[in-house]
Amino acid sequence: MKRYSTLWYVISLLLVAAIGLAACSQATTQNTPAPAATGGSPTAIVRTSAKDLILSTTTSTQDSGLLDVLIPAFQQASGYTVKTASVGSGQALKMGQDCNADVLLVHSPTDEKTFMDAGYGSDRRLVMHNDFIVVGPNTDPANVQATHSAVDAFTAIANAKATFISRGDKSGTNSKELALWKKANITPQGDWYQESGQGMGPTLKIANEKNAYTLTDRATYLATRDNLDSLVIVLEGDNNLLNVYHVILVNPAKCTKLNVDGAKAFADYVVSAEGQALIGKFGVDKYGQALFTPDAGKTDADLGLK
Amino acid sequence: MSALLEVKNLAIRREKRLVLEVDYLSVEEGQVLAVIGPNGAGKSTLLLALSRLLKSDSGQVTFRGEPIEAMDELEYRRRIGLVLQEPLLLNGSVFENVAMGLRFRRAARSEVNQRVEEWLARLNISHLRDRSVRRLSGGEAQRVSLARAFALQPEVLMLDEPFSALDAPTRSRLLEDFQALLAATSITTLFITHDLDEALYLADQVAVLLQGRLRQAGSIQQVFNAPADADVAAFVGVETVIAGRVVTYSEGRVIVQVNGLRLEAVGELAVGREVMFCLRPEDVTLWLEDNSPSSSARNRLSGRIVRMTPQGPLARVVLDCGFPLVALITRASAQEMGLGEGQLATAAFKASAVHLIPR
Amino acid sequence: MGLIWEGIRNAVLLMFSGYSEVWEITLLSLQVSLLATGISLIIGLPLGTWLALGQFKGRHFFLSVINTGMALPPVVVGLWVSILLWRSGPLGDLHLIYTPAAMVIAQTIIAAPMVTGLTVIALQQLNPRLRLQLLGLGASHTQMILALWKQARLPLLAALMAGFGAVISEVGASMMVGGNILHQTRVLTTAIVLETGKGEFAMAMALGFILLFLAYLVNATLTWIQQRDVQR
Repeated sequence: MKRYSTLWYVISLLLVAAIGLAACSQATTQNTPAPAATGGSPTAIVRTSAKDLILSTTTSTQDSGLLDVLIPAFQQASGYTVKTASVGSGQALKMGQDCNADVLLVHSPTDEKTFMDAGYGSDRRLVMHNDFIVVGPNTDPANVQATHSAVDAFTAIANAKATFISRGDKSGTNSKELALWKKANITPQGDWYQESGQGMGPTLKIANEKNAYTLTDRATYLATRDNLDSLVIVLEGDNNLLNVYHVILVNPAKCTKLNVDGAKAFADYVVSAEGQALIGKFGVDKYGQALFTPDAGKTDADLGLK
Repeated sequence: MSALLEVKNLAIRREKRLVLEVDYLSVEEGQVLAVIGPNGAGKSTLLLALSRLLKSDSGQVTFRGEPIEAMDELEYRRRIGLVLQEPLLLNGSVFENVAMGLRFRRAARSEVNQRVEEWLARLNISHLRDRSVRRLSGGEAQRVSLARAFALQPEVLMLDEPFSALDAPTRSRLLEDFQALLAATSITTLFITHDLDEALYLADQVAVLLQGRLRQAGSIQQVFNAPADADVAAFVGVETVIAGRVVTYSEGRVIVQVNGLRLEAVGELAVGREVMFCLRPEDVTLWLEDNSPSSSARNRLSGRIVRMTPQGPLARVVLDCGFPLVALITRASAQEMGLGEGQLATAAFKASAVHLIPR
Repeated sequence: MGLIWEGIRNAVLLMFSGYSEVWEITLLSLQVSLLATGISLIIGLPLGTWLALGQFKGRHFFLSVINTGMALPPVVVGLWVSILLWRSGPLGDLHLIYTPAAMVIAQTIIAAPMVTGLTVIALQQLNPRLRLQLLGLGASHTQMILALWKQARLPLLAALMAGFGAVISEVGASMMVGGNILHQTRVLTTAIVLETGKGEFAMAMALGFILLFLAYLVNATLTWIQQRDVQR
């Protein structure tokens, strides 16, 4: 009998510990971002209390580190708890469509337009932009550094059949890449054109290991630069390479269980003076340059977008 | 007849403790040796050492004069056949199991078939040839295990308590068949048992192992009727064992003083020698006091029956005649004579039935 | 619910439409995982046998290492293998990163402790005297071990199924060391993650059902072998 009572003691101790841990994790207001590599999953989302809201955003945004600054500031100011699902752009928009998120922070303008036209979003506001850059091996076999536009760069890469890693995952970056190929009138195919099907961080790593070119947002590149020993920026500054972020409120008319107030609070915060200031300062002390340019209040036309 | 197996000064230790100690033991060709002793006496250890499955710390075992340590291990193991306690059969049919040892030796298929069929028949299990071992009774499984070893026709067969796990009727049938096989094949056999009756029935020679030490080896007569010491005596069923002293000796006849009584025995012992007086219960005759018929038994004692225990068709009677004397008589006789606890009775036994062990 | 039903239907359509990319992914999944399981068997079976039957000083220590290995998180394995195989890593010159070979390596590291540990248990639950009896019947050590393996066939095959199950369903390590590159290292699990990330849930479900079916096929075969002459 003495053996059994020890066993019960241990079991009850474990149960108490487990309950305690669960309670603690509920109480902490830190958001729990899904791991960037696997892109999160819709099943991780649980219908929660009025104090919780679900933000669906992209892996690049997560990888840049901006959210680690912006979200805690918002949570402290508003009292809301944000659950961030960082997934591919395609999935982020689909989550909004399926009513699995309250608010979206994405950067895929063409797909966003489709989204808004179909009535899935009730409000869409410009937040910030950063730019894309073309990176490649420091040996630059396709001589991209001699070109001055993204289209010319891509043409040079295709002509040289230099290895190019595409994300191939319908993300914002991927959409931009495909749009550029289209502009260059090239259909990329062949052994040199490889699709990673992963987020920006892992794709950069692949490009690094394979001495290949790829299109990336500046923020992710800067954030992971130290691990990429043979990639350099080979082209930047083309107007075609702007990466524009919007915040979209999921339409409550199409969805019943949304945290409408929370979503609005978040959207309002990121375009507010405080939010924009945070965005504008992000990255300066670490990389010497800001990773994003705050754009709240401007229109798409101001940025040269259609 | 030459010694097939010889053991000299064998000692095996486990964690500094001596678990087996055998000064000398030999098995002649064609002989059946039973190694007897209570559980935990080290009998299985001896068997494993003889099969070269256990290393000895000192001593030597020779096979046909050649030390087994010097021989090729596999070659030696293929000259013997080992049957451990419990029929350890592998998944498959009876045929496959009996063929196992032969297949290990890469025997030709025709030979395998012929031998397996032969030994299945000789152990009366031909009808079980294709049956899965999972569906065998205890007795059938044991026969398969035996057939498996016999089929190898080894130079020496070694068995560890082959009959202990069987129920009485199965056991007696198997014992009969086994005895017939041993007689027919004259195969040198060494088997372990804690059952004296098995040893009596099957063996030519007996070795007694008590607490890891070999105490006595010899013919059944020798061991059972002339045990080497008190422990052996107790184990082989000599139930009356009392301390005494030789007081008279004359031409092979001895008078021993036991507990104040003077009893006659046969032996060559000097006067004054301290001895253990041993008597088998079967050798004691009993009858109710004063109804004593004339008998050639030189020793007569009277006493009160302190206990009577039935043992199957027999009755074990303990008589207090100054020391406890144990007698074994048939229950019928006991009833006829009206013997019972508390009664006064007389016991008699021949001088030749007494065995004296010098102490 | 509709998603699930659609998924099954699409899975069947995908498999029979000969959509070459799906076949390619499926074939690679099978190749990598079967190879990894096979190598794990070649390593794990002898190693497990030695650990189960041997008597030597560090035996308990080795056993606990193997048992810990069974609980290794696959993503951790992926991380370590990546670090080794990156160009900046010690084995970078082998140019194995982002190749199916790297995935086989990672999956073998995941499956081998499992196969080894379960082999140990499979053999330890045999009667310990069986080994002695077999030797006493004239078996050589090799013959004895083969007989023991045959006797423990049921739990050994279960060990194999456990190893295979662990790696065919593994995604973290495969993603990290393989890279999910189309036509090169994309397997069913990593493709499912990709399709989910794209929001293509129907496709993801379809691939999921193909994966399940694959796992079922392999395990059904192994189960058939395992249960072949088990009497009722």
